[in-house]
Amino acid sequence: MNAQLQPTGSAYFIAKETERPENHTLSVLVDNEPGVLARVIGLFSGRGYNIESLTVSETEHEKHLSRITIVTRGTPHVLEQIKHQLERIVPVHRVVDLTVLAGELGQDRPMERELALVKVAGTGDHRVEALRLAEAFRANVIDANTEHFIFEITGKVSKIEQFIAIMKPLGLVEVCRTGVAAMNRGPQGM
Amino acid sequence: MSNGQNETGRREMSGAEMVVQALKDNGVKHLFGYPGGAVLPIYDELFQQDDVEHILVRHEQGAGHAAEGYARSTGKAGVVLVTSGPGATNMVTPLQDALSDSIPLVCITGQAPTMLIGTDAFQECDTVGITRPCTKHNWLVKDVNDLARILHEAFHVATTGRPGPVVVDVPKDVQFAKGIYTPPQTAPRTSYQPKVQGDLEKIKAAVALMAEAKKPIIYSGGGVINSGPEASHLLRELVDLTGFPITSTLMGLGAYPASGKNWLGMLGMHGSYESNMAMHDCDVMICIGARFDDRITGRLNAFSPNSKKIHIDIDPSSINKNVRADVPIIGDVGRVLEDMVRLWRATAKTDKKALYPWWEQIAKWRARDSLAFKPNNDVIMPQHAIQRLYELTKHLDTYITTEVGQHQMWAAQHFHFDKPNHWMTSGGLGTMGYGLPAALGVQIAHRDSLVIDIAGDASVQMTMQEMSTAVQYEAPIKIFILNNQYMGMVRQWQQLLHGNRLSHSYTEAMPDFVKLAEAYGGHGIRCEKPGDLDDAIKEMISVKKPVIFDCRVAALANCFPMIPSGKAHNEMLLPDEATDEAVANAIDAKGRELV
Ligand SMILES: Cc1ncc(C[n+]2csc(CCOP(=O)(O)OP(=O)(O)O)c2C)c(N)n1
Ligand SMILES: [Mg+2]
Repeated sequence: MNAQLQPTGSAYFIAKETERPENHTLSVLVDNEPGVLARVIGLFSGRGYNIESLTVSETEHEKHLSRITIVTRGTPHVLEQIKHQLERIVPVHRVVDLTVLAGELGQDRPMERELALVKVAGTGDHRVEALRLAEAFRANVIDANTEHFIFEITGKVSKIEQFIAIMKPLGLVEVCRTGVAAMNRGPQGM
Repeated sequence: MSNGQNETGRREMSGAEMVVQALKDNGVKHLFGYPGGAVLPIYDELFQQDDVEHILVRHEQGAGHAAEGYARSTGKAGVVLVTSGPGATNMVTPLQDALSDSIPLVCITGQAPTMLIGTDAFQECDTVGITRPCTKHNWLVKDVNDLARILHEAFHVATTGRPGPVVVDVPKDVQFAKGIYTPPQTAPRTSYQPKVQGDLEKIKAAVALMAEAKKPIIYSGGGVINSGPEASHLLRELVDLTGFPITSTLMGLGAYPASGKNWLGMLGMHGSYESNMAMHDCDVMICIGARFDDRITGRLNAFSPNSKKIHIDIDPSSINKNVRADVPIIGDVGRVLEDMVRLWRATAKTDKKALYPWWEQIAKWRARDSLAFKPNNDVIMPQHAIQRLYELTKHLDTYITTEVGQHQMWAAQHFHFDKPNHWMTSGGLGTMGYGLPAALGVQIAHRDSLVIDIAGDASVQMTMQEMSTAVQYEAPIKIFILNNQYMGMVRQWQQLLHGNRLSHSYTEAMPDFVKLAEAYGGHGIRCEKPGDLDDAIKEMISVKKPVIFDCRVAALANCFPMIPSGKAHNEMLLPDEATDEAVANAIDAKGRELV
């Protein structure tokens, strides 16, 4: 008997996970009706799935369709379950695993962008340095007085993370992020 | 058309009228419910018509389980009407029960008026929030002009695809408001399109695999029953054509007749030795409308290690959830079986000879007689009681419901079902208190049939009040209690897992069930001696009233065979091996942390 075949002593068998968890980005097209987001989020919390990022807005007003973008983390087996479980929700039209689709299209990964508002307060050298770095990151100043800036920055998650980290010692006050918006490259829709 | 309807059936009416009209238009004949402030307008409408019969229960949970029994025995949706707040929260258990066992229920709840929602009004609760995870879908109706459409959609969602419970929450002002009623429409919402037809290529691959099998087994489940009588018929045809052995889950009993020659008995934790061994050793497994639940598979990584698995299910999320399928087929079991039978006839010729060695092996396992028990002349053995109940009722159109515990497993093992829809039990959720109200629901749907709740002494006390409903509606249900004075199944696990410390599993005070039956206006019978059993059962059958039968059985009998926790199918504990020591050592330390 190998180690994995030892009885656990329960009817609930908890298998050792052999697959590695991965981050995947899912696009979920739903009817924009009351409670639909609660259903999606409740599914994740109820079944113990992870939500790394969540973005939602109505994208087709005439049809009242919203597009939810979820970045989740799980093993391929769990990710497959998440997709099927989402598809069971009555107001859900379609679920596309953009990460899997990117692979099928021969692409590295889906196009993913996030927007963040970053407030930095300070005077003197810190202030000058903050503005100089913001320019380097192509962040816009959307509000300022003599003691603070609010920067608006868009880009990949990694770029935003880096920008925030750099601003920390320069008087970072608060950050607000939208979560990831994503779609695949190429002419086809989801 | 009558009633001032225009040609399309649209007409103006109040929300409460719409509820009743929608019930009629969806073919509802019976409704289980309990009134309260937030549903009074609907009750007022019910009062003024005769098409839909309302059954007044004694507790909303009873309405829910009665509707489940009604649904499971008829194949139609069970319908429930309850008030807001406590009425709705009392429905949570049956809703989850129906979700776990894929039973179509439509539950209409009253709600505080829309303008008071969110103000902590009297008997207000977040019904859609509370019931969201325990329904297939739910709706809060804020505009009377949406009400008819939503009610029709509710019936559609509950009864199609993988069936399940739905809730429509109707605020009181919406019940009073006037709006336009629209009749049921054929075009359902675009986001909900269950796939019913299986992929033909996959079905071909399955048939090819089956044709090559030397050690095949069919493992069928509740999905076959849900798919309708035609699916059971096709299943029988497939078994006859292929000559394959067949086993079933707890939920699937009756789809293939227990008297059929290819029947191996139920599988799983308390299934027969031959079915579990055949599952373990098979080379091709055909899973039809079942979901590889943990009570079925035992230890997952030792589950049927050398077989190719074909899995037919209408719910894509059931496939590859616990066990990886080699040939997954998504579709309605009935439709897929139709294709499968047709393809088998056309392409595969049955080589029954090739299956001889397999059947010989199965015969050896069968000879172990895993359901045997020691007979006793002084006390009634619970298994014996079920066997006698079966023998004395099998010539009648008998429906069986159960509570949850040892008696439930003994009923599954020793009562034999030859027809679908005649066996109602709480499988997925394991809800004590299910059986009595479920029997009531079955009896309402089948007035002239014999309906028996095989009950445990503890479970039956959870919903005993529905005896009063049974008396009121002259529903002559029979409550056959295997009274062992224990929560037997709990005790069995305490013996297995907790050093025989029987913490709170003995019921020191028991009601006098005979007097209780009489107090409700029913008939009570007590039986204590094996020699009196047959006559007592005959008396029970002949009484045309609700009966509580207090069958005093051996208190310490345990339910075997059993796959002890964490063991594989081929490591079953058989009754003749279940010595005190074997029982005590069957499960190792780690399991005590789990169930
Ligand atoms: C509502 C509910 N509470 C608790 C349990 C846990 N439970 C499972 S079986 C059982 C004992 C049932 O006793 P009884 O009805 O007398 O049946 P027996 O096992 O003795 O046949 C209990 C408490 C349950 N299944 N349902
Ligand atoms: Mg008991």
